[in-house]
Amino acid sequence: MTPLSVRSNFFQATEPTLYIVKGMCILDSDGNRILAKYYDKDVLTTAKEQKAFEKNLFNKTHRANAEIIMLEGLTCVYKSNVDLFFYVMGSSHENELILQSVLNALYESVSILLRRNVEKRVLLENLDAVMLAFDEICDGGVILDSDPGSVVARAALRPDDVPLAEQTVAQVLQSAKEQLKWSLLK
Amino acid sequence: MSVFKRDKKEEEEGGGNPYQNLDKTIVLQESRYFNQTPVNPRKCCLILTKVLYLLNQGEKFTTQEATEAFFATTKLFQSKDVMLRRMVYLCIKELSGLAQDVIIVTSSLTKDMTGKEDLYRAAAIRALCSITDSTMLQAIERYMKQAIVDKNPAVSSAALVSALHLSSTAPDLVRRWANEAQEAIASDNAMVSYHALGVVAGSRKNDKLSMVKLVTRLGRSPLKSPYALCLLIRLAAQLVEDDDSDSSQSYIEFIECCLRHKSEMVIYEAAHAIVNLRKTTRDLAPAVSVLQLFCGSSKASLRLAGARTLARLTAKHPTAVAACAVDLENLISDSNRSVATLAVTTLLATGAESSVDRLMKQISSFVSEISDEFKIVVVRAIRRLCTKFPRKHQSLAAFLAGMLRDEGGLEYKAAIADAIIALVEENPDAKETGLAHLCEFIEDCEHTALAVRILHLLGREGPKSRQPSRYIRFIYNRVILESGPVRAAAVSAVAQFGAQRPELLPNIRVLLSRCQMDDEDEVRDRAIYYSAILDTSDPQLINDYIVNVPKPNPVLLEKALRDHLATTPDQSFDLKSVPSEEEPKENKEAIVEIEVRKPVQVSMEELYSEQLAKIPGIERVGPLFKTNPPVDLTEAETEYRVRLLKHVYARHVVLQFECINTLSDQILEDVHIRLEVPPEYEIKTEVPCQKLGYDKPESVFVVVEYPCAFLDSLGTFGATLEFTVKDCDPNTGVPDPDEGYADTYPLEEFDMGCSDQIRARAAADDWDQTWERSSNAPQASDTFVLPQNSVNEAASAVCEHLGLPKAAIVGEAVKEIRGGGIFRGGAPVLVRARLVSSPAGVTMQLAARSPREDVAQLLLAAVG
Repeated sequence: MTPLSVRSNFFQATEPTLYIVKGMCILDSDGNRILAKYYDKDVLTTAKEQKAFEKNLFNKTHRANAEIIMLEGLTCVYKSNVDLFFYVMGSSHENELILQSVLNALYESVSILLRRNVEKRVLLENLDAVMLAFDEICDGGVILDSDPGSVVARAALRPDDVPLAEQTVAQVLQSAKEQLKWSLLK
Repeated sequence: MSVFKRDKKEEEEGGGNPYQNLDKTIVLQESRYFNQTPVNPRKCCLILTKVLYLLNQGEKFTTQEATEAFFATTKLFQSKDVMLRRMVYLCIKELSGLAQDVIIVTSSLTKDMTGKEDLYRAAAIRALCSITDSTMLQAIERYMKQAIVDKNPAVSSAALVSALHLSSTAPDLVRRWANEAQEAIASDNAMVSYHALGVVAGSRKNDKLSMVKLVTRLGRSPLKSPYALCLLIRLAAQLVEDDDSDSSQSYIEFIECCLRHKSEMVIYEAAHAIVNLRKTTRDLAPAVSVLQLFCGSSKASLRLAGARTLARLTAKHPTAVAACAVDLENLISDSNRSVATLAVTTLLATGAESSVDRLMKQISSFVSEISDEFKIVVVRAIRRLCTKFPRKHQSLAAFLAGMLRDEGGLEYKAAIADAIIALVEENPDAKETGLAHLCEFIEDCEHTALAVRILHLLGREGPKSRQPSRYIRFIYNRVILESGPVRAAAVSAVAQFGAQRPELLPNIRVLLSRCQMDDEDEVRDRAIYYSAILDTSDPQLINDYIVNVPKPNPVLLEKALRDHLATTPDQSFDLKSVPSEEEPKENKEAIVEIEVRKPVQVSMEELYSEQLAKIPGIERVGPLFKTNPPVDLTEAETEYRVRLLKHVYARHVVLQFECINTLSDQILEDVHIRLEVPPEYEIKTEVPCQKLGYDKPESVFVVVEYPCAFLDSLGTFGATLEFTVKDCDPNTGVPDPDEGYADTYPLEEFDMGCSDQIRARAAADDWDQTWERSSNAPQASDTFVLPQNSVNEAASAVCEHLGLPKAAIVGEAVKEIRGGGIFRGGAPVLVRARLVSSPAGVTMQLAARSPREDVAQLLLAAVG
């Protein structure tokens, strides 16, 4: 570790970059990991560290639904439904609203994939599709896509499921209406 | 009813989680099914999901297991099922880091990426780029270029993001794709243009001129993607930071323009950028009013964003933030504790003295509900408040003491103790109350480390108080009740009282003699040691071994001891040769920030000791005395950048030239330094650098022996870089076969001054006694007239010459510099300078005392 490289690393931390997402995870109602990905090779590298972090994160967030928390030098935005908790992590200097948009993409994509039944049992039945959605939203820390509709379209569905592209116009309108209703109700 | 029962039972068994009790070996066995033809896609998908799930849960796969699973997976390319193919890509990516020979799938993936199925292409590109290396990359370069400008946004994004990942390993190859990426910025798809901008900006990172062009061009015709705009704002803000000319005005205008964008994300990014600009911009009002609006939002993230950015602003523009006091006060009772804490700490940092009590009351209403990290933030804010409003110390100390009594972890308690310790040190009025609170705390403190620290503080501060005897009771109670380390610390603290308060000495002797019967070796040893020293009644001995004991840097002490044992174990070890512990540098810019991780403070000496160990025979010059901060010997933006570090030893100096080659098409070989030394200096050895590649710092070391006489050591060095240049391929770094040619590069001159050779520190509290005690040592003194206009400037300049910290300057009307230090070789030295303003400039009378007269004279010569 030469001092000069230390310095350049320091600059990289503040340099404009596309590597925004440090991690994403979905936990169940006991704080156990269902899916988790960490993208920064300097942040939470070992499985043990990650699980400890998730435990801590869960303890701090499962009671108060407060959307956002600063924890261990990371900004974490989160959202929960029934027995699932969705988290997106970024550096403590990151634009919170960008992270929020990623969380939104994650939650909405999963919600569409699970046909609005966002709960653990249904998610586990569709774990493969959710894994593909994870992969389509974020690639190695770079936000790949944040539009839930196109994420779902890209995370290809099984032939017997109806892919978004093949839904009739009426169906799409209906689901759009429903989405709008939900967002107004919130 | 029976159904309900069964459900319940199932739930207890893990909620019907089919992945709950997966066994790695069974799953790997299942993956052999992939070898059959034809396969059932659904069944395969499930098995692949299981593999991925295990990996995701942190299950360890050996290389062999991973390779087996990988090769089984590759068999699935026979299936045409879309979903299955996508899972295969995912598995390839996940296993690529663990398995061997992963490049075997290159051709299958290349086929998919150039095929017709759009759903395959994007994912295939990403999978391919995760397994490929820079040599294979050239083979697929043509396809990548095409993919970047593909009309399908998914394909284009995939290619761009992959290019970005690859740019860390093959930057020059990716740079060749910049034209295509440039084209993609104009894409209609928001994400594509964002990714393209990222790739282009990354490739121009070191080329300021083209970066300026890029930002200027895109700033005029704004991008559609909010993400891309955020990135552009960051790039523009960076240009403003680097550019001092008026041209930066246009970037600021662009950022301000973004404040009126329709996306909140962009508005916030712009406001954040303006607030964080180091230069004061014309007007912060628009940005601040945006943040104010955010504070009133219904979304917690927006409120946090607003409050956090305002908090950052407090350090630079407290008045701007004070205007938002009403908005922040509304946030104190926010349901999101992060927001509430930030609001309170910001208010504390900007508020007036009159509002402190009210805020403290509000904090106490919710402090029990928040997590330790936030409590620490609050404690730090209170600590700053103690410095700002010393008159409020009574209520603040009482508040801190109350927090100290509550439940909490070590880090939290340590933060409170730190705050009280700082209060005790800074504010003489608060000393007695603060110490009383700490005494009470150690009565019931389960953290050994904290108790030891507080006992140490009591030992240092207690003897100076009006009623020292009352602290002794608290300290001695520890000897009876606590564990070994605490007892030992208590013994040391008690000894301090004996050393500094003669009237208490008889009692202290009794206490120490009782401790000599302790079970613990360390406690006994200390008691006997201190008793023996106190019994001598020799003030010099007591001062040197109890009151003012030098604290060597532990890491360097360990290293010095090891070296000593390895080289000259039969001689006695000189403790003075080890650099003493540095005072932790206070962070000047007090920013309200929730930052739990702190960078570890490493001293310069520790940082470089590993590199110095490479010099053959370095152990013969003895232990390292001091490493000086680096000096640049070239301008900032030149072909070769060199900076110098002076590592000072007792009779030698090691000059370390850290060189960076910033030309990607050149390799420097056989890099030497031609050094012109002042008279009497002698060059001992040089360790040249064999090869200096692009952007990889390497060092050349020159070992120089100091002149015998200290006085001759001041002088100026000249240096020239000598090397052989070879052209090379910028992509691979392989040099051309030809000979290359010799070249030189002149470096700036540098000095060897007094400050380089001395480890100085500001005077301690008992300066007058110290100076008095040294009265029989040789003294050198003289009067100087300094060219500076003000006494303050002159004092700072003198301190810099002598290597003294600014804390050495004391006094109001007549400035006095008081300090001392150790010269290389171990000679202690004391300096006193008095400065007064006179018509001709600033007159200074400087006196230096040292057992070595020539050291004292050197100090005068350095100023003259």
